[in-house]
Amino acid sequence: MFGKLGWDAIPLDQPIPLIAGAVVMLLGLGMIVWVIAKGWFPYLWKEWITSVDHKHIGIMYVLLGLLMLVRGFIDAIMMRAQQAMAFHAGGYLPPEHYDQVFSAHGTIMVLFAAMPLVIGIMNFVVPLQLGVRDVAFPTLNSVSFWLTATGALLVNVSLLIGEFARTGWLPYPPLSELRYSPGVGVDYYLWAVQISGVGTLLTGINFVTTILKIRAPGMTYLRMPMFCWTALASCLLILAAFPVLTATLAMLTLDRYLGFHFFTNEAGGNAMMFMNLIWAWGHPEVYILVLPAFGIYSEVISTFSSKPLFGYRSMVAATLFICIVSFCTWLHHFFTMGAGGDVNAAFGISTSIIAVGTGVKMYNWLFTMYGGRIRFTTPMLWSLGFMTTFVIGGLTGVLLAVPPADFLLHNSMFLVAHFHHVIIGGVVFALLAGIEYWWPKAFGYRLDERWGKAAFWFGLVGFYVTFMPMYVVGILGMTRRLQHYDVADWYPWLLVSAVGILILMGGAACQITQLVVSFLRRHELRDTTGDPWDGRSLEWATASPPPVFNFAVLPQVQDAEAYWDVKRRAREAEELGGQPHYAPVEMPRNSPTGFVCAFFATLIGFALIWHIWWLMIVGLVGAYATFVVFAWRDVPEYVIPAEEVERIDRADRQARQEALSGAVTT
Amino acid sequence: MSAAEFTTAIADPYRLGHRGPNLARGHGGGGPATKRVIVGYGFWLFLLSDIIIFACLFATYAVLADATAGGPKARDIFELDRVAWETACLLASSFLCGLATIAVAQRNQILTQAALVATGLTGLAFILLESSEFAALHAQGFGPTRSAFLTGFFTLVGCHGVHVTAGLLWLGTMMAQFYAKGFRPDIGRRFLCFSMFLHFLDVVWVAIFSLVYLVGTRL
Repeated sequence: MFGKLGWDAIPLDQPIPLIAGAVVMLLGLGMIVWVIAKGWFPYLWKEWITSVDHKHIGIMYVLLGLLMLVRGFIDAIMMRAQQAMAFHAGGYLPPEHYDQVFSAHGTIMVLFAAMPLVIGIMNFVVPLQLGVRDVAFPTLNSVSFWLTATGALLVNVSLLIGEFARTGWLPYPPLSELRYSPGVGVDYYLWAVQISGVGTLLTGINFVTTILKIRAPGMTYLRMPMFCWTALASCLLILAAFPVLTATLAMLTLDRYLGFHFFTNEAGGNAMMFMNLIWAWGHPEVYILVLPAFGIYSEVISTFSSKPLFGYRSMVAATLFICIVSFCTWLHHFFTMGAGGDVNAAFGISTSIIAVGTGVKMYNWLFTMYGGRIRFTTPMLWSLGFMTTFVIGGLTGVLLAVPPADFLLHNSMFLVAHFHHVIIGGVVFALLAGIEYWWPKAFGYRLDERWGKAAFWFGLVGFYVTFMPMYVVGILGMTRRLQHYDVADWYPWLLVSAVGILILMGGAACQITQLVVSFLRRHELRDTTGDPWDGRSLEWATASPPPVFNFAVLPQVQDAEAYWDVKRRAREAEELGGQPHYAPVEMPRNSPTGFVCAFFATLIGFALIWHIWWLMIVGLVGAYATFVVFAWRDVPEYVIPAEEVERIDRADRQARQEALSGAVTT
Repeated sequence: MSAAEFTTAIADPYRLGHRGPNLARGHGGGGPATKRVIVGYGFWLFLLSDIIIFACLFATYAVLADATAGGPKARDIFELDRVAWETACLLASSFLCGLATIAVAQRNQILTQAALVATGLTGLAFILLESSEFAALHAQGFGPTRSAFLTGFFTLVGCHGVHVTAGLLWLGTMMAQFYAKGFRPDIGRRFLCFSMFLHFLDVVWVAIFSLVYLVGTRL
């Protein structure tokens, strides 16, 4: 009846996951009860759960990403604490649990924290910057989000029911094959990542179509804001790389479920093929994350330097260069695994070459700041922190790209330090900067600067204290993923690293405090003009938060910095452009398709993990029925009358007129 | 774009580096594309990503083709006659779908349904032939668990078969939509995607036929 699922799946003998899981479940249930008791459920259902508005979906993505960031951070704290305690001792985490913690940490941080945050910001910002009303496929967008949420849910369910993978964030065979990992851990990994991967792929399709086919009139390719370019490059990578992930995980799934021989030791299976395939996805994945991050820095640095982005075209070229070359470097993840000197040399060179694109960008940002009137706001601080941190992290990467050096450093703590250096220093800093930068656009009030700056300094210092010692222990020979050790030389450095994570916890506390304090002070921090930073691209041309249709009339773009151009002309003429001609706006109707479909996907995933075949069939039939119901809709859109559009736009125009008169008189 | 700029843009479209913006909808500075273009374009991208899945399976098959683990080799098990019939069925299915496209363009319900039924039947024949091939191999003990070569073979060809089966399900849904809702523009766009999907499966099959079956029997 319930396949492999029984009462023994609940880890009653392991207090840590049990208590953690129970607390999360109680909090979740408590939230649901509270929302229903307060009568907020209809609002939540109508405005958020069934919303196909890219702004709402983007905010939900960011929320999901932040929650998972906290979950992954707790895993990180546990690992640092374990290694600080496990010198000549067992520490407090038994090996089988420690292995699950580092596997979950990597999986969650990359796929369920960083990806939703990046995609969330893309969702919110890209249509606004393009000057349009929504993405190409709004309902599909909602499906993408809910499938990602399904994956995150499955990973967290493994805390309480069963176990998670003990194989690391990429389940290398033969360890991940059924013979060596007989439990459900790897299955949780496979289905969680597979389902959310489908969501990500659909996002890629959606955004490539949006950026290439739906832009405001006059917005030619070389007038697109830099963030749109990087989002395009990232989504192209998603389109080309995520199918590889889907195929690879499907092969491992077939090995585990039906006894196939893709990666097994027996019957001619080839485990090295998994390394090649998974990194053919895994390496571009790094750039899927970091390219939009580069886009965020470009926007932030240009805005707060009050200058156009230096070398816009070279920036576009560098982005697309990285986009392509990122597919030519995957083998550097396994130089030591016998490809031979010639192949290693080729991939070592391609890996070093990709750094050139990033180097171009670095100089572009520097020259953007040069001679600019720089405002040191929190997003700008994160950007400056990135520029120093990322250069160091990138240099350690170039070091690892040299095959002979890699033979010494492969899978050591040096590697761990390197990729945290570039991912935290590159991606996480950008996401925090981006959230800070676009928060007023999303919610209509700015975030508190003092707590933001405190979070930055704690974050920056904590980052260095945590990760620099890892380079040292790596050179001293410490391999990654050690549950305990007895080398006295490593011990003090790991203690320093544990102190570092305490500082990072301080940063996280400041960040959360900042959100609370800013919410309480939201009336003082109100953004009335829709343009709190004196921005340069079109998202600042509409109210904060934007109306559901984003722009009352589609903007006519005449310059690479569309909104700066509009403002310049308004300042010269000392008045806003003429009263626009309002027309009725057609918007897509909300749809529960995404949510219902993800509900069935959750059933399918859970059923497959526990071999509950009837439930899987129920899920499949349900998912198909959901699509048929969606296909049968007669009225996919609703119309907002021109008078209503005008009424909403009038307030925004008035605020801008006042701001303009104020600017002119001063 | 203002009228003045428009005039400059078209005055000398071949100025060095300034060919002027492309003003067609969905291109350059022409504003958002039509829904039909957007839907078709998005589905093209989906097909490209699906082609990458197949590319992975082809690559895997190529790597594993010699890993027979003492089991049968390609030339021992492939029956080109049956595969030729499969090919004929699938290509016919695609052709009939082309006829359905013409019927849809004519807004002819009876012809549309008839052509789609024929598309479905030929597709079903393909699936049945493929299933019988798989069942025969399995009965001889040459199932996918026998060797890495057979694993690769069953996965690549089976993945195509699963796609065709999903296509048949979609076909039924499409017919029901035309029947119940008529030739609405949004249903027409879905049919555009469906026909692209079917033709795409043909393209993949041509690759399978050539690289797996034809090359396999020569090795």
